[in-house]
Amino acid sequence: MIELRDVYKKLGSRQILSGMTLRVPKGMNFVLMGPSGSGKSVTLKHVIGILRPDGGSVTVDGQEVSTMDRTQLMTLRKRMGYLFQNGALINWLTVADNVALPLEEHSRLGKSELRDRVHEVLGLVHMDHAATQFPPSISGGMKLRTGLARALVTNPEYVLYDEPNAGLDPIISQQIHELIVEVRDRLGVTGLIVTHSRACATQCGDRIGILENGRLAVEGTVDEMTRSDHPLARAFLGGGAD
Amino acid sequence: MNPFASLTQAVGTRLDGAGYVVDLLLRSAVAVRRVPRRMRFTLDMAFNAGVRSLPVTLVVAAFAGAILAMQTGIELRRFGDSAVLGTITALSMCREMGPFITGVILAATVGSSMAAELGTMKVSDEVAALEVMSVDPVDYLVLPRVIALAIMCPILTVLSNLVGMYGGSVIAEHNLGVSPDLYWISAREALTSSGTLLPKEVYVGLFKSLVFGAAIATVSCASGLRATGGALGVGLAVQTAVRNSVILIIVLGFIVTWFFYFLTG
Repeated sequence: MIELRDVYKKLGSRQILSGMTLRVPKGMNFVLMGPSGSGKSVTLKHVIGILRPDGGSVTVDGQEVSTMDRTQLMTLRKRMGYLFQNGALINWLTVADNVALPLEEHSRLGKSELRDRVHEVLGLVHMDHAATQFPPSISGGMKLRTGLARALVTNPEYVLYDEPNAGLDPIISQQIHELIVEVRDRLGVTGLIVTHSRACATQCGDRIGILENGRLAVEGTVDEMTRSDHPLARAFLGGGAD
Repeated sequence: MNPFASLTQAVGTRLDGAGYVVDLLLRSAVAVRRVPRRMRFTLDMAFNAGVRSLPVTLVVAAFAGAILAMQTGIELRRFGDSAVLGTITALSMCREMGPFITGVILAATVGSSMAAELGTMKVSDEVAALEVMSVDPVDYLVLPRVIALAIMCPILTVLSNLVGMYGGSVIAEHNLGVSPDLYWISAREALTSSGTLLPKEVYVGLFKSLVFGAAIATVSCASGLRATGGALGVGLAVQTAVRNSVILIIVLGFIVTWFFYFLTG
């Protein structure tokens, strides 16, 4: 389980998180929504230890992330995947090599086993046809799917999705949503999803939380949130949203 | 903000930057045992660095040698001592000019490109992606570049020295009336007078260029990895990388010369 308790974080002169509290139970997709600059991506970065809180606690399966040293963080991160907004692929590596990178660095798989695993994951995200292409020559949607394959290749227990459909057309977005649901259902992966998209939240999420001023303003199941009268819930999940 | 606070902040920022460079260098040194794992990438980097900067290095070295011979030759001719032109050109190239020229050109060509490459990776979250995959960016990105430049800078310096001496010999023959035989004999005698297998003038110059190569790569990578704020941040990182590299080349050049010629004799 991912848990943030009363987390505070200031970046420069701006207070980003002010008492952020959040629980993501195992096997669930939790969607974080909120206005730009409300601290959604900062929350993800705390969970994976890229940022450390000024106050409060961040735990994954009971282990305090904020006090981990480099070695402990590396161990934790091996159990987690992270999908960046643009995929964040290494440009000089092919799609297959990008996906293989975490395995080459950390696993003891032989070459053929490694290749098989990479093609298996690329197949899962429907990218096996583009294995030899380089990131600059593929579309935004393909980059995201490759990023997702890279996040999944090590069989993580948790995947953090940072705006998984930002800038994508509705058809590609729909494919990404289906993949996120498939990852939860087929692989049992726990997801923390940051998005502005109503479709992404309602299709991928089990629970939705909306941030305001650095803390969760409202939280509930997808049904509860779509029926909620809370102004933020109506703004982000009401009929006119998306 | 009062002037004292601004000054304190500026000094703090500079010290923070210097500390980051030192930290990066130490972490690269610790990661050296992983070079065999990064061998292919390191050799690619070394090849690219060499190929990219070789033509410019050779042209600049040839002209630098020619200018050196010309300026020195004018004065030597006044004293009727043109015979030592080869000696002066060879010593100047090997001790100082060769490593300096090569270092500055590597900073401008390869160092700037390293800063831009890593800066772009930083602002587009690729470096963060490596971190969340538990891939150490120092080991994966910095170490191969430091090793590549530490290897290529001395190699380019040797070529630079030879081409610079050749540039000097052309001027010596055509403008100063010094025969090529006399020029090259005096150059060779100057470089072999110590009687050791590798003359001091050569090995100090090569050591200097090795230090320059490692310094340029570390400073450039540090600038790239500290880039923030999109394209503007990458531009600033390149500017900082080249400026700091050139400053370091001069300062380190002084320190190495002082160490080998004054401290240890």
